[in-house]
Amino acid sequence: MAERSESEEVKLLGMWASPFSRRIEIALTLKGVSYEFSEEDITNKSSLLLQLNPVYKMIPVLVHNGKPISESLVILEYIDETWRDNPILPQDPYEKAMARFWAKFVDEQIYVTAMKVVGKIGEERDAVVEATRDLLMFLEKELVGKDFFGGRSLGFVDIVATLVAFWLMRTEEIVGVKVVPVDKFPEIHRWVKNLLGNDVIKKCIPPEDEHLQYIRARMEKLNVKSA
Amino acid sequence: MANLPILLDYWPSMFGMRARVALREKGVEFEYREEDFSNKSDLLLQSNHIHKKIPVLIHNGKPVCESLNVVQYVDEAWPEKNPFFPSDPYGRAQARFWADFVDKKFTDAQFKIWGKNGEEQEAGKKEFIEAVKILETELGDKPYFGGDSFGYVDISLITFSSWFQAYEKFGNFSIESESPKLIAWAKRCMEKESVFKSLPDSEKIVAYAAEYRKNNL
Repeated sequence: MAERSESEEVKLLGMWASPFSRRIEIALTLKGVSYEFSEEDITNKSSLLLQLNPVYKMIPVLVHNGKPISESLVILEYIDETWRDNPILPQDPYEKAMARFWAKFVDEQIYVTAMKVVGKIGEERDAVVEATRDLLMFLEKELVGKDFFGGRSLGFVDIVATLVAFWLMRTEEIVGVKVVPVDKFPEIHRWVKNLLGNDVIKKCIPPEDEHLQYIRARMEKLNVKSA
Repeated sequence: MANLPILLDYWPSMFGMRARVALREKGVEFEYREEDFSNKSDLLLQSNHIHKKIPVLIHNGKPVCESLNVVQYVDEAWPEKNPFFPSDPYGRAQARFWADFVDKKFTDAQFKIWGKNGEEQEAGKKEFIEAVKILETELGDKPYFGGDSFGYVDISLITFSSWFQAYEKFGNFSIESESPKLIAWAKRCMEKESVFKSLPDSEKIVAYAAEYRKNNL
């Protein structure tokens, strides 16, 4: 266990229901790093947030010894390089490149496409669901023969893909469309069970009931018909 | 004898250029293969079956896709010469942040300038200038984004400079008047062999963009 000096100060500006914020909490917890969490109201951003992330004005922002780091994937790599216990990224350059590729795939392809489901009905919605499933199929294939994307233990891609396990799949309940049915995605479902068997994950994901309530309320605000 | 790394690329692509610069910075000999997008090679389709895009670097038979991944991979696979990142994690995080900024804010904006017209083009111009000003502030008085040495952020951005003339011509504005420091930085980078050998002539890019506009707008 790494020694921590008194001057080491770790603060996370985040938001309890954000997958990008939660993934940072997972990484810090996995590494045994103590941190102070500061809940941001994203509808009324604090002056601290605006000061620490002037470029995007978004959470999460990690502040370590007074220095801010933004963008969740950048923060994750920073955490991995700073606290060396329980490595998140592989050492091998090729494996690392693959991990980075899949992380971007989740954030830039799956997330962006899946978000389009919100507010759509009928044929339009079906088309987005189909497109999301096509993308998820790549993840499905990646998991064959593995407990986690990282292999036998949780890694970078698993942490990033919690977005799929605990956000996309939770939204299904409310939007009333099974985007990730178990018959089409048995590996993903198996992987989610593996995630839920991990203490750090269980501790760091938003509590299900509250989370579902939050998603429902947000959908209603966006005037989305729920199932 | 080991096979040379293969770079699947496309001559006007600023993303492909990043890979070229990275490999040359490390003094790595590689086989450059030009892809024809109307007829993508089997190798490209197999190596990047998800996105089917260039650049793809194939090293020891294994493909690395996406330009910034390729640049980081090159840095890690050939660590002895010209490191692209500082050694401290905070400096590395800052470099990753800014290269990601280039991808997020610069890419779409610059395309709208040469690839669109009317309102979309104007919007692109505005976004581009905003992004350029932010980058110029980040550069400050440093010779390179990396500080004293040419690094990751420099590689991620310099390749767009081959397109500056096209942006100015089709967007009808002067980048230098918006951002003199950035132009000075670009000139400095262009003195490096890895850069001038990897970037095509601006004139050729202007002609390429003109052809695109003729066929698409």
